[in-house]
Amino acid sequence: MKSPLFSLFRKEVIHILRDRQSLFMVLTMPVLMLLLYGYAITLDMKQIDMIVADQSDSPQSRELIRHLTATDFFSVRVATGGVDNINSLFQSREAQCVLVVPADFAETRNAGQVSRVQLAVDASDPNAAKFIENYVTQAVGESRIGSASLFSLEPRVLYNPDMRSAPFFVPGLIALILLLISTLLTSIAIVREKETGTMEQLLVSPVKPPQIIIGKVLPYTVLGFLDGLIILVVGSLLFQVPIQGSLLLVMLMMLVYVVTGLSLGMLVSTMAKTQSVAMLVAITLTVLPSMLMSGFIFPITSMPKVLQWFSRIVPATYFLEIIRGIVLKGNDLSNLYRPAGILLGIDVLLLVLSIRTFRIRLE
Amino acid sequence: MSDSENDLAVEVSGLTRRFGRFTAVDHVSFSVQQGEIFGFLGANGAGKTTTIRMLCGLLAPSAGSGTVAGYDITREYEKIKLRIGYMSQKFSLYDDLTVRENVGFYGGIYGLSHRRVEERTKELFAIIGLEELQYRLTSSLPIGWKQRLALCASLLHDPRIVFLDEPTSGVDPVSRRNFWKLIYTLSDMGKTVFVTTHYMDEAEYCHRLSIMKRGRIIEMDNPHSLKDKYRVQTMQEVFLASVRREEA
Repeated sequence: MKSPLFSLFRKEVIHILRDRQSLFMVLTMPVLMLLLYGYAITLDMKQIDMIVADQSDSPQSRELIRHLTATDFFSVRVATGGVDNINSLFQSREAQCVLVVPADFAETRNAGQVSRVQLAVDASDPNAAKFIENYVTQAVGESRIGSASLFSLEPRVLYNPDMRSAPFFVPGLIALILLLISTLLTSIAIVREKETGTMEQLLVSPVKPPQIIIGKVLPYTVLGFLDGLIILVVGSLLFQVPIQGSLLLVMLMMLVYVVTGLSLGMLVSTMAKTQSVAMLVAITLTVLPSMLMSGFIFPITSMPKVLQWFSRIVPATYFLEIIRGIVLKGNDLSNLYRPAGILLGIDVLLLVLSIRTFRIRLE
Repeated sequence: MSDSENDLAVEVSGLTRRFGRFTAVDHVSFSVQQGEIFGFLGANGAGKTTTIRMLCGLLAPSAGSGTVAGYDITREYEKIKLRIGYMSQKFSLYDDLTVRENVGFYGGIYGLSHRRVEERTKELFAIIGLEELQYRLTSSLPIGWKQRLALCASLLHDPRIVFLDEPTSGVDPVSRRNFWKLIYTLSDMGKTVFVTTHYMDEAEYCHRLSIMKRGRIIEMDNPHSLKDKYRVQTMQEVFLASVRREEA
C-alpha cells in the first residue's frame, strides 16, 4: 500500500537527507547556541572587587578579612589605615564595594560591645548589590561565632543546594533553542514549495491539506527530537545539570514540545508569501516571547498583569514549568499534567489552524 | 455517467477571472472533444495559463461556468483532479529527487498501489524513453528531458484529459518536435490534450485551436480553415492577421 501520506513523508525524508549542508546546520546550530548562551547567561558572581579599609589593623580585623577572602566571591584588597574617598573608588571602578572597619574594632569586640562596620556598595547593578550585601553579612556573621545571640537562622536550600544558576538556566535554554529550531524547520516547508512552483503540482493532485501538513510535520519531528536529545545531553554534561526525575518523561515532553514548534512553523508557512518572511516571523515569534515572557530569566509573578496573561499563551512557559520540574525537582506526571495537557492542546490547536489556513487553490 | 464517451472533455461558457481590477480572462466560451488536441495560442499574458488553472481547479472563476470530464469546475474540482493530468509552465518536480523517485512520489499522492506505480512507470518509460535516466538526479537532466519527466509524472494515474501549459518553452527544436510526437501518441491512446503555446509552428499540429488576446478568444477553428479564412500559408500569418484585425 502506497498511501499519499506515506509518499509525502518519504519525499520529505529524502529532501532532508540529501541537503547535507542544512542537515549539518540543523544538528550543530543548537549546540553552538547552547554553548554561547550557556556561558554568557549566568547570575553566579565571582571575583567582585572589594576594598577593605582596615583602620583597626588588628588580629580581630584580620580575622574578619580572612573570612571574606575564603571564597572566590570577592577579590579583596586591603587598604590599611582606611581610604579617603569611597565615591571616587566607585567612579573609577576600582571597587564595587568598600568595607570600612573602624579603628576601635578590636577594642569594642574585646569589650563585648557592638562594633559598627560600614559596608558601601555600588548599586548601579542592584542585583549584584544585593548579592554583595548578603555575602558580606554572611561572612561577618561567621567571624562573629562565639558572641551571644538570641536565635540563629539556619537556612536549608532545596533542589539546587549550591544555588548555581546553570541548573536554572540550562533547562530554559533547551526550551528556547528547541522551539526556535523546530519552528524554523517547518516555517519554510510550505512557502518553499510555493516559491519553487512544486506546490502547484501538489495542488492539482487529490492530496488533502491534512496529508500535506502531517506528511511534512512527521519527518521533522524526528529531526527536532534528535536536536532535543543532543542539547539535553550536552547541556546536562557540560553544565553539570543532573536530571533528578525520569529521563523518559523529559524525552516524552520534548517530543510534545517539538511538535508545538513544528506546528507553529507550519502555520507561519501556510500564511507567508516568501521564505525570508517566514523565517523572520518564526524567529520573532519564538525567541523574544520565550526569552522574556516565559519565566526563563524573569519571574512571571513580578510582571505587570497584562504581560502575565500574555505569558500564558507562550508555549515555552509551560515547557519551562515541565522541564525545570523534572530536571530540578524530580517531578513526575502527577505534578505536571496541567502544563503537559495545555502544551498538547496548543499542538492540536496549531495543527488544526495550519490545516484550515492551508489554501488548496491559488490566489 | 459523467465519463461516458459522448461527453465533451471540456466545456466552458462565459468563463471569467479577475485579479483586482485586472481581467485576465474575459468571458471565454469553448468546448473540446474527447481525444482532440486542442491548442491555446497567444502572447504572454493573453490569459492562457489563467484559463488552464481554472479548468484544473487551481483557481476559482470570478464568473461563468464549465465542466471538465463532465464535472463542474466550481464545485466538483476534487473529482476533476483524479481525471486530469497537469503540467505547469514552470518545471515543478523536485530537483533533489531522482527521476524514479519523482515518478513514484506522484504515483503515491494519487493513491496508486506500489505495483500499479511499477506497471505504469514501465509503460510510460517505454513510451517516453526515460529508462536509462531513471536513477539520475532530476537536477542533472537537460531541460528537454525534464519536460518529458514532467509529462510522465502527470500521466501516471492514467488521466483522460491532459493539460499542458507551454510544455515546450525553452526547449530546443529537436526536443520540441519529439515532444509533439508524444502528444500525438497520447491522442492516439484516446486522451484529450489541451495545450498552450506561443510557438506558431506548433499550432499547425493541433486538431483545433483558439487564439487568445487580452483575455478574450478572438479566433477558433482548425488550422486548415483558419489559413483559408485569412488566405495565408502559415499559422504565423494567421496569428498576426487576426491580432491586427482586433486592433484595427
